[in-house]
Amino acid sequence: MQSNLENLKIEIQNALKNTSCLQDVIDLKGKYLSKKGPINELTQHLKNLPVEDKKEFGKLLNGLKTEVNSLFDEKINYYNTLALNQKLAAESIDVTLPATKISVGAPSILEHLIEEVEEVFMSMGYDVVDGPEIEEDKYNFELLNIPKGHPARDAQDTFYIEDEKILLRSQTSPVQIRTMLASTNKEPIRMICPGKTYRRDADDATHSHQFMQIEGLLVDKNISLSDLKGTFDVIAKKLFGENTKTRFRPSYYQFTEPSVETDISCFSCQGKGCSLCKNTGWITVSGAGMVHPNVLKNCGYDPKEYSGFAFGFGAERLAMLKYGISDCRVFYQTDLREVKTFDRREEAK
Amino acid sequence: MINLDWVKDYIDLSDQDLKELAVKITKAGINIEKVIQNRLDNLVIGKVLTCKPHPDSDHLNICEVDIKTQIIQIVCGASNVKAGIKVIVALPGCILPGNFEIKKSNIRNQESNGMICALFELGIEEKNEENYNKGIHVITEDVKIGTDANEYLNTNTTLYELDIHKHRNNDCYYHIGFAYEIACILNRKVVLPNDNYQEIPQNINDLMTLEVITPKCPYYLGKMVKDIQIKPSPDFIQKRLMSVGLRPINNVVDISNYVMLEYGQPLHFFDYAKLGNKVLVRDAKNQEKITTLDKQQRVLNENDIVVTNGSVPVCVAGVMGGENTEVDENTQTIFIESAIFDSVSIRTTANKLNLPSEASIRYGKGLSYEYTNKAINRACHLLEKYANAKVLSGKLVYDKIDKTLKHVQFKTSQINSLLGITLSDVDVETELNRLDFKYTLQDGIFDCEIPARRLDIDPNINDIAEEIGRLYGYHNLKSTLPSIPTRRGVYVKDVKLRKQISKRLRTLGLNETKTYTLISPSMAKLFRYEDKNQITLPNPMSIDKSIIRTTLLPSLLKVYEYNKARKVPDIFLYEIAKTYDVNYQEESKIAILMQGNYIQNSWLHNNVKCDFFLIKGIIENILDYLGFKNRYTFIKESIPDFHPGISAKILLDREKIGVVGKIHPQHNQDDIFMCELSMSKIYNKSIKPLKYKETSKFPQIIKDVAFVVDKNTQSEDIKRQIQKFGGRLLTNIEVFDVYELKEENKKSIAFKLTFQDPSRTLTEEEVLNIFNKIIIDIENNLDAKLRN
Repeated sequence: MQSNLENLKIEIQNALKNTSCLQDVIDLKGKYLSKKGPINELTQHLKNLPVEDKKEFGKLLNGLKTEVNSLFDEKINYYNTLALNQKLAAESIDVTLPATKISVGAPSILEHLIEEVEEVFMSMGYDVVDGPEIEEDKYNFELLNIPKGHPARDAQDTFYIEDEKILLRSQTSPVQIRTMLASTNKEPIRMICPGKTYRRDADDATHSHQFMQIEGLLVDKNISLSDLKGTFDVIAKKLFGENTKTRFRPSYYQFTEPSVETDISCFSCQGKGCSLCKNTGWITVSGAGMVHPNVLKNCGYDPKEYSGFAFGFGAERLAMLKYGISDCRVFYQTDLREVKTFDRREEAK
Repeated sequence: MINLDWVKDYIDLSDQDLKELAVKITKAGINIEKVIQNRLDNLVIGKVLTCKPHPDSDHLNICEVDIKTQIIQIVCGASNVKAGIKVIVALPGCILPGNFEIKKSNIRNQESNGMICALFELGIEEKNEENYNKGIHVITEDVKIGTDANEYLNTNTTLYELDIHKHRNNDCYYHIGFAYEIACILNRKVVLPNDNYQEIPQNINDLMTLEVITPKCPYYLGKMVKDIQIKPSPDFIQKRLMSVGLRPINNVVDISNYVMLEYGQPLHFFDYAKLGNKVLVRDAKNQEKITTLDKQQRVLNENDIVVTNGSVPVCVAGVMGGENTEVDENTQTIFIESAIFDSVSIRTTANKLNLPSEASIRYGKGLSYEYTNKAINRACHLLEKYANAKVLSGKLVYDKIDKTLKHVQFKTSQINSLLGITLSDVDVETELNRLDFKYTLQDGIFDCEIPARRLDIDPNINDIAEEIGRLYGYHNLKSTLPSIPTRRGVYVKDVKLRKQISKRLRTLGLNETKTYTLISPSMAKLFRYEDKNQITLPNPMSIDKSIIRTTLLPSLLKVYEYNKARKVPDIFLYEIAKTYDVNYQEESKIAILMQGNYIQNSWLHNNVKCDFFLIKGIIENILDYLGFKNRYTFIKESIPDFHPGISAKILLDREKIGVVGKIHPQHNQDDIFMCELSMSKIYNKSIKPLKYKETSKFPQIIKDVAFVVDKNTQSEDIKRQIQKFGGRLLTNIEVFDVYELKEENKKSIAFKLTFQDPSRTLTEEEVLNIFNKIIIDIENNLDAKLRN
């Protein structure tokens, strides 16, 4: 009896070996496990056995059933997997074909630069403030210590809208004036005001009748020129790298006194001298100085109590230096082939 | 341009390396752009003693040249070399322009110990065929053999090319002023030049009268010299003028220029014979005419100042003299003018007449009265010495100038706290002495007097701090940070909104542009969808940039066309910028332009091309992001320069905030979709705080319904109507199918309606009740039929 069971198992095993597709297995399964199949026949046979044999044989038979079932499942599984794999193989694609292009959204090159500068200043506590582009002469010149008839006005050939009264701002400094005037309790101020400015310049590679300034102002008690130097050091390092050196040169602006021009060591040649820095090793990046006492007074801050510094960068100039652009008209043309490359993060410096 | 040889007349610089000095001066504030030194070392005057042909050459000669210390052999190829001539010899070690170093050499077996030079080889003349053919330079002048040829060539001078900021021109852009600048840097004293002269008994006051009747001339001095001999200036004056770019003319003209370059004070010389016995300085009359020295007739107005002979103008004061009183070769007696005129008036006149001369620029910066007087005396001295002039006694003087010197009181601690340094009173005294500023120090308070020559210094502490700071050296300043509490900065007011919208648009695949605020009249005509008038600039640079835009759309279209012309496919742009109308009303706007495949894959034929509904999706995405979900609508409206059937206005809380549509084919045939929103209007809307809303856990029931309506019926109208009748339980309405029934001029719109209650399960019957009610209401209230 026992050997019958064993023979049956071997028979099924051999039969399964000879199958060539899923249907063969299903047919076999039908043959062996159907009601009239050999296993069921043995089950019928079990009924006729004596009680003591019933128990033992029943156990063996159940074992066989389980084993046979799993033999079939295994084989079915095998053919299913085989079929799936064949299907998947047929679905294989050429992964080197071009991707589906999703429209790229890049910032303008100037905006890219300005956002980086804003981040540096905001981390140092400066607010980013905006102001009108059509200005009153008062805010653009007079309160900035540039009275009517002053030669400094000639240098900033201005687009007047109403003679000596209303103009397109020639600098973003009026935003600083407005911020100081608006401070009712004459609180300390820390701000930058990136924005558009206008001067009557003919457009060429290095001039533009419209350009962007990033000016800043700090007003508080006990602020010194050394504080300006330290602040500029931090900014230069964050924008142009940790190894950047800085220097101040005496300069002149009507609304600051003392005034300085601020240079950074040339990042292209590390100060050795190259065409970018015109062999000086230094690149001028901004003008700055201590806020003129007249300007503080004009805006209601007592120069005996308060002092401060102001600085101004040209956004175009910074961008030209940083990204190696030689013609500032690029910024206002928006050639998408160029601009799209600016949709990218930059490594933190 | 400053000639350092000239400066040496006033200050001892014999121990100075002039290149190093230039660096020091630049550090202290006067930017020296360029140090020009033409000097060549090992260049001497020689005399050719013998000259015989080279045995192995048909054009070379072997010369014996006397350079005083020795006689050397030189092989020379010039055709004009011969015995007996004096020449310029470059000896071994001399480096000629082009980095060509002279070395001892052997030319076809003959020793050559230098080179006889042509002027073009020394960089003095241009290198061209004509100069090449001239051959070597033959010296005809009386110069000693063996002396440094630089003396002869006048290449010994060092020149500084300055880039001075406007305010320092008046005290540094002349040689004595520059000497003072060096003096304070090197802590040396300045010696002013000799201005002594003999006076003859004849007095100017017996010959002439002076009257000034304009407030624009506070100081006027006149002297007279006679019996002058017009001839060439002495060599040193000619050379110095040439070195700084002025052409020598004759001794008289040259002296007036020379004194101007010494003291910064322009002088004007009149021919007394032509001038007559009266000088009247007054404002010009409107339409008054004068022919100036350049033979141009100038028409003046009452803002100009004129010097007259009592009746007609003889000089546009401070700008250019008149032809009628010009000094010429027959002039014998000269009236010398040294005056101060109102700087603003001179600048305006010079600009208007387009005559920016050395003189008018100096007047325009303002002058020191001290030097007005010194300069006229110096001119008399030089005219006496170099033009044989006899100086008349007496002086015509008009003097209304304020001679009060400016004073500043300050404490050392104030200087220290402005600069962030730690000077003592003694240090400050040292600095003030270097500056040659007079001061007193009592009880720790300085009282400092600003010399008249320093017009640029205002009487405040910051100005003094600057003078001390620049001598202290900004490179010596420490780097400190303001010791004030730190917090992170913020984007103030609508700057934050602008940044948020900008980032969102970029994420949605649009590229930012920055374009010009000023546009052309043809651009200004486009997209005038608002009732706004534009500002036209009264003084534009060009007509192309003469109007301040009220909309950004024409600018975006221009960027589109620029890229299209360069074959850039798929153009998606936006710009956020301020606009202004004629009342200076500011409005910040957001403009969008979209054309082409938003999502693109050609080989897969899987492109999503931008159409009206895609740009609408972008706008809705932005407005939803900004917190305005369900508060805006698109209403069909015909908008100028848009396709009349494919354009809409956008309402937010029933207020028009912008427009969207396809460009009118008469402007561009491409499928360009554009939109403009008012950021200012959006900024003024408030939004509800963000709150979590739980999704209902109870099942939703979905019903589909389609209506046949007139082709022109707007789906939004039906939707609003459905919403109205659907009530609280109708949670979503979506259009899922639209098709046109062309023959009937109708269309079918199918809606998917979602019903749900947050707190219970809805029964099929109650939903059906509402659903049926909606159908009846729509059919009754709109011209609509249920489609089966």
